[in-house]
Amino acid sequence: MLTRRIIPCLDVKNGRVVKGVTFVNHLDAGDPVALAELYDREGADELVFYDITASSDERAIMADVVERTAAQVFIPLTVGGGIRTVEDMYRMLRAGADKVSINTAAFYNPQLIADGAQRFGSQCIVLSIDARRVNEAGAPPRWEVFTHTGGAGRATATDAVEWARQGAELGAGEIVINSIDADGTRAGYDLELLQAVADVVGVPVIASGGAGSLQHMLEAVTIGRADAALAASIFHFGTHSIGEAKTFFADHGVPIRKL
Amino acid sequence: MIAVIDYGAGNLRSAVRALQHVGADLVVTDDPALITGAAGVVLPGVGATRDTMQELERRGLATIIPQIIAAGTPFLGICVGMQVLAQTSEEWSDHACLGVAPGAVRRFPAEVGKVPQIGWNQVCFTTEHPIFAGIPNGADFYFVHSFYVDTPDERYVAGRTEYGLSFPSVLAFGSVVATQFHPEKSGRWGLALLRNFVRLVAAHDAGNGERLAETAAAKAS
Repeated sequence: MLTRRIIPCLDVKNGRVVKGVTFVNHLDAGDPVALAELYDREGADELVFYDITASSDERAIMADVVERTAAQVFIPLTVGGGIRTVEDMYRMLRAGADKVSINTAAFYNPQLIADGAQRFGSQCIVLSIDARRVNEAGAPPRWEVFTHTGGAGRATATDAVEWARQGAELGAGEIVINSIDADGTRAGYDLELLQAVADVVGVPVIASGGAGSLQHMLEAVTIGRADAALAASIFHFGTHSIGEAKTFFADHGVPIRKL
Repeated sequence: MIAVIDYGAGNLRSAVRALQHVGADLVVTDDPALITGAAGVVLPGVGATRDTMQELERRGLATIIPQIIAAGTPFLGICVGMQVLAQTSEEWSDHACLGVAPGAVRRFPAEVGKVPQIGWNQVCFTTEHPIFAGIPNGADFYFVHSFYVDTPDERYVAGRTEYGLSFPSVLAFGSVVATQFHPEKSGRWGLALLRNFVRLVAAHDAGNGERLAETAAAKAS
């Protein structure tokens, strides 16, 4: 039986992990390669590096981080952040990424999804969508795509569920749904949003944004029907280990990968 | 020396990195002479069987691969590198494949759920084989695929996986091992499987050396 995946996400800037990691006293907690190895040993099913580097010079550093990680860690590796062209994709895939995650660039240029899927295969192209709930209280739920340009967030008036459907149709092999309302609040993923997307796309859906507890992660893959739960701070700040998350899933009857 | 066949597959470097990590002495090549002379051959793959067959044919490898398999050279096919071993594929309209294993490459029917299957799933061994040495039966491996090899001859199957239906996730016959999953992305058990392949190649190579020495000795006497 296909297992549900638990995916830690590392924010990397200028070759260093940005968010603090408090539980790894004996290793360089800012080194993305060392952290990737640690998460791999703990049972992470995949890894995501999110590059928040500003300049293109610094992107060469990211490619190097990917290359060094891929030489040591033999589970799927996704790289996101700053990927705007097919050439950007190629650079990261050649460095050793298995998938690239695109967000704002794909929203303003949907052809990027089709071009990337045609050149590298749909399995390489992950569409990440930031969505914010916009309906009036009491009205049926509705979400809008939220984009980020030049550091500023921007509402787009585009229906997020419809954009997910289009993205899958264009060739995205997986869809990451990041709830802006839930992101960083640790109040749980937006389960209605996950359900709405799972209803309209035939590709795996990855829940992101809002995990504050193992119960939240469990709800994402049960009630929310997501195929995977992506989380950052819950692991980085040592609230829970990946091993604990997997044991929790198993205890609740959710199939997980055994080490 | 293991030859990893370079026909433009996207994940070639992943397979190379993982094989090197487990100590393989390898060359990445599309040279028929090097591939024919190699102690072992790996055919990695991501993509479609039709493209893969075209790329193999263009390099003269579509006839070479069945020959080296018939000659008993240890061979490992990964993902599409497994699928092209079948007789035919229905991916992008019916077409012929290498035909070294009976059966056809078929698309998962919609009823199984999401297609492609992406993620970790269990491989249940249906036979004992040295490629599984040290790996627990039912271990999880990483899959990314929409098609699978449907073979009528269970003697070719060494492992099976459930995804809405039961499909062969490992073929093993003669000196051939082929996996639908990606051992190069399957963590410790994937590395263990690759290490086992490297050992099979070394054992076969040593056996060949002994046979050559025996032949030479017989000729000398």
